Parts: sequence; C-alpha cells; structure tokens
Amino acid sequence: MSSEMIFAVTGVLLFAIGAAGTILLAEPLRRVLAFNIMGSGACVVLVSLAQRNGIADPVPQAMVLTGIVVAVAATGVALALARRLNRLTGDGGSGAGAGHD
Amino acid sequence: MSATLRRLGVMLGAAAFAWLLADSLFALPAPVIDLRPLVSENLAQSGITHPVTAVLLNFRGFDTLLEIAVMLVALLGVLATLAADRSPAVDLDSADAMLPMFSRIAAPLMLLCALYLLWAGAFRPGGAFQAGALLAAALALLHLAHLIPAWSSPLPLLRSGLVAGFLVFLAIATTLLTEGALLQYPPAYAGLLILAIESALTISLALILAGLFLFISNDGRARK
Amino acid sequence: MPAMIEVFALVGVFTVPLLWAALAFLLGPGRGAWLAISGSIVQLFLALILARNVLADGPASHATGGWGAPLGIDLYADGLTAAMLLLTQVVALPIFVYARSYFATGSPAARHFWPLAGFLVAGMNALYLANDIFNLYVTLEIVGLAAVALIAAGGAATQVAAALRYLFAALLGSGAYLLGVALIYGTYGSVSIATLTPLIDATAPRAVSIAALLMFAGLMLKSALFPFHFWLPAAHGDAPAPVSALLSALVVKAAIYLCLRLWLGPFAPLVQVGAWVPGLLGAGAILWGSAMAIRTPRLKLLVAYSTVAQLGYLFLAFPLLTPGAAVLGAVTLQAIAHGLAKAAMFAAAGIIIHSTGRDTVAEVAGVAERLPLTLFAFALAGVSLMGLPPSGGFLAKWLLLDAALNSGHWAIVAVIIAGGLLAAVYVFRVVRQAFLNLPKELVEDQKHAGRPVPRTLEWMAFGLAAASVLLGLFSFQLLQLIAVGNLP
Repeated sequence: MSSEMIFAVTGVLLFAIGAAGTILLAEPLRRVLAFNIMGSGACVVLVSLAQRNGIADPVPQAMVLTGIVVAVAATGVALALARRLNRLTGDGGSGAGAGHD
Repeated sequence: MSATLRRLGVMLGAAAFAWLLADSLFALPAPVIDLRPLVSENLAQSGITHPVTAVLLNFRGFDTLLEIAVMLVALLGVLATLAADRSPAVDLDSADAMLPMFSRIAAPLMLLCALYLLWAGAFRPGGAFQAGALLAAALALLHLAHLIPAWSSPLPLLRSGLVAGFLVFLAIATTLLTEGALLQYPPAYAGLLILAIESALTISLALILAGLFLFISNDGRARK
Repeated sequence: MPAMIEVFALVGVFTVPLLWAALAFLLGPGRGAWLAISGSIVQLFLALILARNVLADGPASHATGGWGAPLGIDLYADGLTAAMLLLTQVVALPIFVYARSYFATGSPAARHFWPLAGFLVAGMNALYLANDIFNLYVTLEIVGLAAVALIAAGGAATQVAAALRYLFAALLGSGAYLLGVALIYGTYGSVSIATLTPLIDATAPRAVSIAALLMFAGLMLKSALFPFHFWLPAAHGDAPAPVSALLSALVVKAAIYLCLRLWLGPFAPLVQVGAWVPGLLGAGAILWGSAMAIRTPRLKLLVAYSTVAQLGYLFLAFPLLTPGAAVLGAVTLQAIAHGLAKAAMFAAAGIIIHSTGRDTVAEVAGVAERLPLTLFAFALAGVSLMGLPPSGGFLAKWLLLDAALNSGHWAIVAVIIAGGLLAAVYVFRVVRQAFLNLPKELVEDQKHAGRPVPRTLEWMAFGLAAASVLLGLFSFQLLQLIAVGNLP
C-alpha cells in the first residue's frame, strides 16, 4: 500500500464522518464543520487517488483549489444564515410567515 | 428511542459505506487516460511555467471564471441575509496593546507577501487565490485588532472593487472569442493577459473573502 | 459567419446573464430590474438561435480555451440542452417582469434580487451546456447558493430556517457528487463526459458503480425526490412568490436534467439493474405529494407540495429510459410543461396573497370576483398539471402512458392515472374555494391586510399559464428538437 492509498482511505473516512455529521448534528455551527470535513475528505480522495502511482498530477490539484474556494463560499453563506437565525430566534423575534413579501 | 436508532443507523451506514469504498479503491486498475503529458506538451504555449497555475487559468480557465461567480453569489448571499443599513458598532478601544501593535507591523508585510505570491504564481505555487486569501487574512487581522470597523452595506467604491476582478475576467474571456473560442489566449500574449486577470482577481478575491468575514461580524450589533 | 453566430449564441446564453448580474450588483441595492429584463430578452433570442441551429445542423460543441477535452473543458448543446435552455429563458423573462412589479420599492427581499437572479440563470444555462462533470459541480454550486440566498433574502425566521435546511441538503448532495467525481477521475483520468462515455462499460470496477450511486444520490437530494424532499415544501412555500416560481419551475429541473444526462450517457451500462428505484420513489412522490397538497391549509404550501408530486412523474419514467428511447422526449416535455405551469401557479398564488394579505386556501374565497384573470391563470396551469388536452402536460403524460403500456409496466400506468386524478382534487380545491363568498368577519380583515394588484402581475401569470396549455400545439417541433443527438 503506497502512501497515496493511505491518504485515499483517510479521505473516504473523513467523507463518511463528515456526511454522518451533516445528517445527524442539530446545531448549525457543527453541521458547517461537518460539511467542511466532508468536502475536505472528497478533495483528499481526488488528489491522492489520481496520484496513486506516485507522480504528481496538476489537474486534480487545480480542481481541488476550485473545490476549496467553493467550500469557503458555501461556509460563508451557512454562517450568515446561522447567525441571522440565531439573532432572530434568540431575540424572540417571531417569523410569522403569512402573506409577507 | 427512535432518535438513538436513527443515529445508530446513520453511523453504521456511514461506516459500512466507508469500508465498502475503501475496499473498492484497492481493486482499481491504472487510469486509462493520463493528462500529465498533455499538460507538459502544451505548457509552453500556455504562457505560464507552473503546471497547476496553467491548468487553473488556461486549460480549465472556464472553471475558474465560474468559481469567481460562486464567490460573488456567496457574498450576495451574506448581504441578502443580514439586515440592511445598520451602522457598524465602531469599537476602536481595545485594552490589549500587543495585538494592534503587532497587526500594524504584520499587515504591510502580508501585503508584500501577497504581491510576491501573485507574481510568483507563474513559476511556482502561488497565484491570485493564494494572494487574495493572504490579503483577506490581513484585513481580518486588522479587524480583530480593532483597527478597522466591520462592514455594513457596501458603498459604490467597495462594490466596484468586489466585482472588478470578475468583470475583467469576463471581459477578457469574451473578447478572446475573436481568437476562436472563449478564453483562448494567443500564445504570445497569454502570460501578460493571465497576469492582468490574476491582478484584478487578487483585489476582488481579497475584498470578497474579507467581506465574507467582515459583513457577518457586523450583524445585529446596533439593534437591541 | 453562421458558425460564429452559433458560437456567440452558445457562449452568450450564459455570459450575458453573468454580465448583467455583475452590473446589477454594481448599481446597488434594489437596482437592476431593467438590466435583467433586457438581458433576458437577449438570452431568449440566443436560445432560439441555438435551438434553430441544433435542429438544422445537429449538436453543437465548443472547446473553451481552444484546447479540446480531456485537457480543456468542452461545452455541448444537443436537442435536450437546447430545449432546457428555451424553458429557462421563456420562464425567466415573465417572472422578471412580474418581480419588478411585485416587490414594493425598498423591500428587503428585493435588495439583492436582481444580481442573485442573474447568477441563478447564468448558472443554470452554463449547467445545461456543460459536458464535464467537474464543471457541472461548479455550476451546481452557483445554482444552489443563489437559490439559498434568494430564499433567505431579507426574510423572517421561517424563511431563514428553510434556507438553512435547504443549504445543508444541497451541500450534502454536492459533497456526494464531488466524491463521485473524485472516484471517476481516479479510475479513468478524465472528467470529460465525451471522453468517459465510451470508456465505461458493464465491466467497470466497483468504485465506478459507487461513484454513480453517489452522484445520483446527490442529484436526487437536490431535486427533492421523495424521500429526500424534506427541504422543498418550506423552502418553496415560504419564499416570495417570484422566488418560488424560479425555484419550482427551473432550479429543480437542473438537477433532474443532470440525472437524465448521466443516466443516458456515461453510466448507461451500469444503471439498468437499479432502474426500478427512481421509478418507485417517483411513485411515492406523486402519491405522497398529492396527499399533502390536498390536506394543507396554506396556499403556497399547496403549490409547493404539488411540485414534489409532479417531479415524481419525471422519475417515474426512469425504468422506461434507455439510450435512444423516445421516452426522453416525453420526460423532457413533462419537465417543460410543468415548468411553465408551476411558474404560472406560483405567480397566481402570489397575486392572490398580495391582494388578500393571507396565505390560506380558505381565504381564497371571493377571488373569483376580484381577480378573474388570476384565477383563470391558476385554473389553466392546473389543466396542464392534471394532464387535460391540449396542454403540454396532457401530451407528455400520454406519451409516458404509451411507453409504459408498450413495455408492460402496468404499475407505472396506474400511478400516472392516479396522479392525474389527485392533481385534479387539489387544483379544484382552490378553484372551487375562489367562487365561494368570503365570510363577513374576514372581509374587513382582508381590506386591512390586502393591497391593490398591478395589472402586469396578472398578465404575466396568465401568459405563463397560456403557454403551458398551448405547449401541446407546438410539441411536435419540440420533440423533434429533443431528438437531435439523442435518438437515432
């Protein structure tokens, strides 16, 4: 088993842990962390599986760069939503949904 | 009871999935297609010496264009979610003397590093994303040291900075349609064009990433 | 010269919305409506040009950067792509006109509506043209994040909570999809669909089957297939009406389109063994979604549950789908007819809520007198959902019934017929209520809460509804278009 395969298996484990966390956890902040772990796991698999014969491949590395940026973007939105929800419900602000625009 | 059952079910399912997948990974034959020789052959024409940057901004440049769009959408998402027009709680007094002093020293150095990373991206690991992230980190550091306030609704100048990188990238990409395809750089000018795009992107990415932090850290302070 | 026009059409259909979205952001909060509307008109023309070219000359493709796949990223437009592009622009334009009148000036939901809507449409157009599974991942993220932002915009706690639930579901789906891409690249060394399709056959390693499973699971989560639909009713039901229209009519179709592409393209040799799964889940969606629509007291929630049910039809047909089968035309026609009808329905519901100030089916009473055009639009949209001639919905269901009968799938036949009947129940629920008189105690209530309705809103709703009904008359050319590049 080459070192890249160890990374690949670790990536799969991270993905599984992150996915389980995203499904099971209730608190938004923890779900954001879980989703980040899941994304990182997928990225690790992408890079290490492609390089399992030992020679570096630039294409998956570029794809992972893109993937990381996308994950950061999604995390930003999730945090803003969590923050706003916390402010609205923590303040006792009600959210009556009938008929407003 | 059913909550515990659900927990157990999901965790067992995830574990079984991980086991199955890890096992399948060892049974993979060697990949049929190898892109590495394709990248090395075309590297000279791409205008960039470093293969990862070449893939990111030339061969798969369309992905990068869309990725900047993702960042803008995320920033819009943050702006749309948070209540509008609160004046930022400007909390410029800090009991801590070390952090502001350190930040004042660190921030210009980070700027210098970022400029270096931007330029070095053509020959070594580096480029617009790394430089932009470093600059954003500098801005976040300055905010944490209470040297700059959090941001509320962006004014026209800030908005221009946020979209400038994307608009420059889009403009160059579509103008190059005259060369035959979207984002098809003429080999002679490829390096120059890519540097121009990367410079604009660095500014915008720095502002967008800093914005993701600074707009959120402003939410709801003034309303109580 | 003609080749250049085709290239401009193909590239322009996503670069134009990217441009006006960025400019709308530059202009500031709440601005950009006219940019959006003029941009959408241009996009509609480009989509028509592309469709005409594809019908005449066959599928079009474009290698970005001048490099071809597998090194670069290819764009590809066959009949299915052209048809979905047409749907997107034809629905987006009236909804934008509607939105301009719908949002009161300065309303918090409208502050960032135009740039977000622009990026949403740009993302969808790029998705339909993409021929590269990683490029598809990026476009899926644009569409997903834009949709979440639109739901949450300026909203109260219910909207923000719905948006957050949708976001986590979408991210779970994207994460699974990304792992699938990672496994495919690890196995074959390419992410280009054109390169991968000949390489994958029935003897593919197990990791490829797992990758296919992951990608389909992720996409089904994003298309709210039962039982992964949990996020949709609140997200579509609580958002402002123009946003709900865009989401139900267009955004969910993007994920389903991808399922179709992958099912008939690279993963075709692997999927036949599991073809009954989407069929079963689709049947569940139709029955469960219709039942919830019949029971819910809220109007927008009724329309949202109807979406869950109608999307079930699309998945119900998967057991009948094989590469080269004519059923693809029926499925696409159903998607297009539903897109038009659902946009009209949400538009009409939005008008009713605007006018009465309430979001309940009970208080639709009296609408027949005050808003006859709106009610007519709602009823026409319902005609397409029920599957009555000559609507597009009727023709699509007819073709599906035909295919199911020919291949002996009696269960599918039964579910399609049942679904039509159930749709009739919840549509008539609303229409019947509108002809009743409002109880006296509620009349005063509504006078306070309601607002006058601009004519534009009603005409946009009516236009969309009429389009979904008249679709049946144009469906021959549409089916011909869809067949290009897909049927021998």
